[in-house]
Amino acid sequence: MTVNSAARPGTRRAGRAGLVRRALDSEQFNGWAFVTPGVALILLFGAVPIVWSAVMSFQKSSFFGSSTPFVGLANYRKMVHDPIVAQAIQHTLIYTALFVPGTMIVGLFLAVAMNRKIRGIAIYRTAAYATMAISTISEAIVFIWLFDPSYGIANYAFSKVGLPQQQFLNSPSEALYVIVAMTIWGWTGFAVVVYLAALQGVPQSLLEAAAIDGAGPWRTFRRVTLPLLSPASLFLAVWLTINALQLFDEVYLSTQGGPLNATTVLVYYLYEQAFNQFNFGYASAIAYFLFLIIIVVTVIQFWVGRRFTYYRS
Amino acid sequence: MSATSAPARGDLRPAAGHDVPAYRRRRRLPFSPWHLVLIPATVALLFPFAWLLITSVETPSETLHFPPILLPHAIRFANYSDALATAPFVRFLENSAVVAVTTVLCNLVLCTLAGYAFARFRFLGRTALFAVIMATLMVPFQVTMIPQFIITKWLGVHVLAGVGINHIGALILPNAATAFGIFFLRQFFRTLPLEYEESARVDGASRLTVLVRIVLPLATPPLATLAALTFLDSWNNFLWPLIAVTSTSQMTLPLGLATFQGAHATEWNLLMAANVMSLVPMLVVFFVAQRYFIRSVAATGLAGT
Repeated sequence: MTVNSAARPGTRRAGRAGLVRRALDSEQFNGWAFVTPGVALILLFGAVPIVWSAVMSFQKSSFFGSSTPFVGLANYRKMVHDPIVAQAIQHTLIYTALFVPGTMIVGLFLAVAMNRKIRGIAIYRTAAYATMAISTISEAIVFIWLFDPSYGIANYAFSKVGLPQQQFLNSPSEALYVIVAMTIWGWTGFAVVVYLAALQGVPQSLLEAAAIDGAGPWRTFRRVTLPLLSPASLFLAVWLTINALQLFDEVYLSTQGGPLNATTVLVYYLYEQAFNQFNFGYASAIAYFLFLIIIVVTVIQFWVGRRFTYYRS
Repeated sequence: MSATSAPARGDLRPAAGHDVPAYRRRRRLPFSPWHLVLIPATVALLFPFAWLLITSVETPSETLHFPPILLPHAIRFANYSDALATAPFVRFLENSAVVAVTTVLCNLVLCTLAGYAFARFRFLGRTALFAVIMATLMVPFQVTMIPQFIITKWLGVHVLAGVGINHIGALILPNAATAFGIFFLRQFFRTLPLEYEESARVDGASRLTVLVRIVLPLATPPLATLAALTFLDSWNNFLWPLIAVTSTSQMTLPLGLATFQGAHATEWNLLMAANVMSLVPMLVVFFVAQRYFIRSVAATGLAGT
């Protein structure tokens, strides 16, 4: 093309202009021009930090010190022997093991109940959705107040039914469970939306076929609806788990990891090490360890989930 | 079996009463039995909101009373003005709005451009760049937050103070383009038929014109989804503002509220008034655009399936 236009007599200048215009119109130029602003930001704030924190995890670095000597695996070795890390892992896993199934069961139950055309259904659904609009901070403040040991309404309800007064967030044995309760409430709307969307994809004909074959409502649910919901369940399980392993906001606001480290989860400890103690090297090692846990758990979930997940088409 | 059990299902009127076993002959309720499940569930879901509102109009002595006072004697709106006098919630709200709206706009522009290029153009390094972006998508924020803090601090000192630590710019710039947005829009652009774009190109339109005039009008649903999800994320983000901002004038609502809680932990009426004020704007936005938010969340769920 270029050769042709350049060879044509008397069009040399037009040819050069055409060359520039063609370059400006090329996929090469436009590709890079379109991609550069966004990709530069992601490289700067996403990709570079991934490498940098990996390097830092092998360094003894801190916010104030200017020298950052390499210390090999010392940060990782310290982590293995840190009793608080062991506790944090335990709390994180207990929290995840309660929060994820809890949210899924509440969400599934409500979505099934709301998946019908009855009077006032819009009000019921909106009530569930409303929990999605509330930030983790607002949610935590409300629940701290509901579960206040002295003046909270939870203890009032306990006294009404003859149960002893509880310390809730002030009690090392109860605090983590209060956080489970508040986060389940906060994620209910999300789970309901996902399950409702999936329920609306369940074909009516299959449910009617099951009924004609003599299956009761429970059997139809167990054998027809639930398998058809399994992709949504797998998505929720993975998504909620990733979020649960990164629990921070509610802990920061309600207990600061206390009492007696009872609610110190991995990300909270990581935050303390990084921005209270300014042990950037050690915190980076913990962050990479968290990343490893997330990868392992997610892979296991997909691997196990594949056996139970039913995909149409 | 099916002949007898089918008529007994609640939504069908039994054709002949004597065919149905006595234990199955249920009186039909005048309303759907699901209400009996949904009403308590809704009360439980809404109770924290209700209690929040009630406490926000009580006097201090009413909040510090056991058993709790379920209905305050007088509605004390002064709590709201008192809370506003103690902490600049209007400023927090402004900051949150500026950060969220700017982040959404930046994401729409930058992710559209990059997503379209990754979907349609062949250029040197495309595969490698895209792989790097996908890799950042999988890494949790906790891994990148310390270097991100150092980079932001450096940028503020050496490049532009407005995007450095302790400026709301620092809350916008690192999230101005997201790997998720690029990936999400690229996937959408790849599903569009090429014909429209090709015929516009034959008519001499530039590649940017094709994107703006031909492709974008077809892309409103995914753009709305991206906008809704980015807005929610930005509005509720807590950990990064907590790290990046310390001065009150630059705080967003969640951070301002958390700081207020730290300083007024026992003044429940003020705290709840502050909480209501920080909740209401998002609740309003959420209900006005409810359809978009719900559809967006459902879309991510279905995309995962």
